[in-house]
Parts: sequence; structure tokens; C-alpha cells
Amino acid sequence: MSAIHLARAFNGIVSREMFRFLQQRERFLAALVRPLIWLVVFAAGFRAALGVNIQPPYETYITYQVYITPGLLAMIQLFNGMQSSLSMVYDREMGSMRVLLTTPLPRWFLLFSRLFGSVIVSLFQVYAFLGVAYLFGVEMPPIGYLTVMPALILAGMMFGALGMLISSTIKQLENFAGVMNFVIFPMFFASSALYPLWKMKEGSEILYEICIWNPFTYAVELIRFALYAQVNWQALGIVAGCALVFLALSVWAYDPSRGIQQRKAGAGAAA
Amino acid sequence: MQKDLTHGEPVKQPVLLVEGVSYYYGEKQALDDVSFKVYPGRVTALLGPNGAGKTTLFSLITRLFDAPTGNIEIDGLSPSKVGSRALGPLGVVFQQPTLDLDLTVRQNLRYFASLRGLKRKEADERMARALDALDMKERIGEKVRSLNGGHRRRVEIARAILHDPSLLLLDEPTIGLDNPTRMAIVAHIHNLARESNIGVLWATHLFDEIEPEDDLLVLNRGRIVARGLAKAVVAETGAKDLGDAFKRLTDTAEEGVAA
Repeated sequence: MSAIHLARAFNGIVSREMFRFLQQRERFLAALVRPLIWLVVFAAGFRAALGVNIQPPYETYITYQVYITPGLLAMIQLFNGMQSSLSMVYDREMGSMRVLLTTPLPRWFLLFSRLFGSVIVSLFQVYAFLGVAYLFGVEMPPIGYLTVMPALILAGMMFGALGMLISSTIKQLENFAGVMNFVIFPMFFASSALYPLWKMKEGSEILYEICIWNPFTYAVELIRFALYAQVNWQALGIVAGCALVFLALSVWAYDPSRGIQQRKAGAGAAA
Repeated sequence: MQKDLTHGEPVKQPVLLVEGVSYYYGEKQALDDVSFKVYPGRVTALLGPNGAGKTTLFSLITRLFDAPTGNIEIDGLSPSKVGSRALGPLGVVFQQPTLDLDLTVRQNLRYFASLRGLKRKEADERMARALDALDMKERIGEKVRSLNGGHRRRVEIARAILHDPSLLLLDEPTIGLDNPTRMAIVAHIHNLARESNIGVLWATHLFDEIEPEDDLLVLNRGRIVARGLAKAVVAETGAKDLGDAFKRLTDTAEEGVAA
């Protein structure tokens, strides 16, 4: 196995994710409409009711739409991560995952490539949303559109790895919708996506503690700071750490000698 | 009836060696001390009723999970020792269709070629050859979703041989296909084994897919209960045909289908 082989395989896996995404126009539309409803309907209503004081990375008063935009970007990536894991469960049920796993390449590399493909797809969705949000008056510093990209890649990796880990534990495609709702909505609501943490603390100490332990909070803050060309080091450390842990657990779960796959295969593969 | 499958010919290096492999799902034993070899240029039929352990055996050979006991070697390399690198000489057609329905035939094959490290130009040339041999060249730009079951199977076979494997695993590849399509695929695989010197392990429960000169392994309840040339197995059991021999060996006549 040479570096050229790895590069070709990486390119093939990422291209396949792109092709599949381009075939699914509804998925792209949903990825845009969902956060747009939050931005246009929810945030417009809350704009008057909710004051956001000046806190880093903001140096002046901002509108509520501007405040929730990083959370919506993270939400797009979380949905995409879950969708990607749904597609892994689908691939496993349909059998195409076997084609991937029976190639002469290390399993960690195959899973990482697949994960990276899904992150690239999420970047298209995020930038399309930022473009639409701009039309609705949500402007970021011009440099922010560039500096946010590494944060998006890292956050996308964390959500994708989480989705991959979840996909290794899902036995049937039908169970996935419930799991998605169980993961996405608690993560989104119990974070700093909709309200600053200090406001959360005023409302409920318990909820504040949950937000502090929620990795989604740090993905949001990482993106928020990166949009203003700043680094939130704590968020960076936590997001990178979580991404590594989730990815390591996924590789473990898909490992042929130790993982979950063979326990799951028991029912069907005895044939 | 424990025999080697070389039939007195000069001893070749097997492309697949399975030695003393056992496997359990919890308390349930799926494979019990299974050993056999597959040689280049030969079709080895793995005949067994449903639940005999064929798919488990394929999962172990393809390293979807590791064999905790025994040894498996593909072209002299053991997946449990060298990891997925051992899967290089392997081509597989799974029982379950594994093509991406929303991609075209070309996109599916290019995807696979990239996983095998083939250059785009080389991959396209091989694709054209493989599809031509299976009368599928004209369908290369079509989405897989628009193909019927037989054509999809042909694309999967083309995909499995794209990287010139020395071992081809076929896990009941003709399930659900009409008779003419099945027999065309059977003939193509036998030609392929002869002309390209590929070793083929063909899991099936359809007797008419096995030729008298094929090597035969009969797997029942996780154990190999007969092996040898198909015609020799029939003769040694005193049966009138393979179906009858299978019945005598497994006592499950209704499981095998002389379709």
C-alpha cells in the first residue's frame, strides 16, 4: 500500500460523498431551510425580547440574529454529521459498507476518509447558509468567512465522528430517527447556541451545568470566535479532544477483532 | 471424505488456505474446525443449506470480523497477522447487492478502482474490458437504479475483477435471478477462472450451478462433511446426482434447490 494508493482512495471516498450529496437536492434544501427558519422566524421574534450584552468576541452590541448564527452553523454540521451516520447505517444495511471494509486499506483510514468527505459536504451547506443569511442582513467581518473554515472543519469532524460512533451502535435503520432526535435537539438546546451561558445560569443552574458539559457548546463558541478571526483556546481544546475520542471509539467499534460489528452480525451472519 | 483438492496434478500454491477455523456467536457454534484450500484456475463450490455457516465463513475470509481460532491465508498472507493488506488479491461479490443505486455504473466502478489504488486511465480501460465481457459496456453511463437485478449482478462481477484478483469470492451471487441470467453468470465465472487463472470460491445452494469438474465442499451445520471433485462426491455417496448426494450428506433435501 503506497501513499499514492492512499491518496487515490481518499479522493475516491470524498468524491463519492460529494456525488451522493449532489444527487440529494432535498437534503441540501433542508440543510438551508431548517436554520433559515430559526434565523428569520425565531430570531426575529426574540430580537426584541432578548438583549445580548457585549461579550467576547463581540466588541459592540449585536443583533440576536448575529448571536445565533454560529449556533445555526453548528446545527447544520450536527445535522450533517447525523445524516452521514444515517447513510453509514444505510450503507451497512444495503451492503455497500462491506465494499469499503474489504479493501486492503487500514480501517481507521477508511473511516477517517469517509468522515472527511462528510465534513466537506457540511462546508458547502454552511457557506450556502452564510450567503443566504447575508441577504437577510447577517454580516460577519469579511475575514471571518475565511478564518471560520478551520473551526468548521474541526467541529464537523467532531460531529461526524460522533455520528459514526452512534452508527456503530444502531442495529436497524428504522431506529435511527429516534436516536437522531434524542441527540440533536438536546445538544442544540442545552448549549450556548440560543442564549449566552450567563443568561442560562440566571435561568437554571442545572441547565447551565449541562451546557458546560455539552461539547456542542464548545463547537458553537469555537465557530463564534473564529467568525471574528479569534481563537477560543478552551473551545479548541475541547472540540479537538472530543473529535479524537469519538473517532478513536468509532475505529474501535468498527475493528474486526474487537468491535461491535461482529456482535451485531451474530443474528444475520450465522447463515 | 477428507481429501486434498489437487487431483494428482502438480501441487500449486493455494490462493486461499483455511485451516482449523471455528467460530461462535455467543454459545452458538457457527463453524467447527473448517479447513480447505482453493487453487488458482479452479472453481470451488461451497454447497450448504441455509444456516450452514457459508456467510460466516465469507465474513471471516473478508475480515469483516477476525477468526479467533485457526488460520486464514490469502495468497500466503494472513489477514489476522498483516491486517487488511492481505485483502489485496481478493475480489468479492456479496450475497447482498452492494452497488450505490444513485450513482452510475461508471461512478460505482471508478469508486471501487480508487479504493484499489488504480489510476483513472487504467481503471477506465479495465472497466471497458470487464463490462464488455459481460455485455454491459453500453450501460456504463446509466444509474444503477435503472438496471435490473441481473445487470446489477454483472456490474458487481465486473467490479470484483477490476483489480485482477487472484481469488474471487462469490456469496450466492445468483439469488433472485432468472434461469438464463444465472446460467450466463455461471458460464462466465467458469471461463474467467480458466482463462485468468483465478481461484474462485462460490457459495451456493443451487446444484445446477456446480459443474462435475468443479471442486466441491459440502458444509453442514458449520462442518465440512464432504470434499473432492463434484462428480467424485456424487460417485462416492452412491447417489444418482448432486442433489441426491447433498440429501444423503445433510439430510436436508428441501434446503437445496435444483433450480
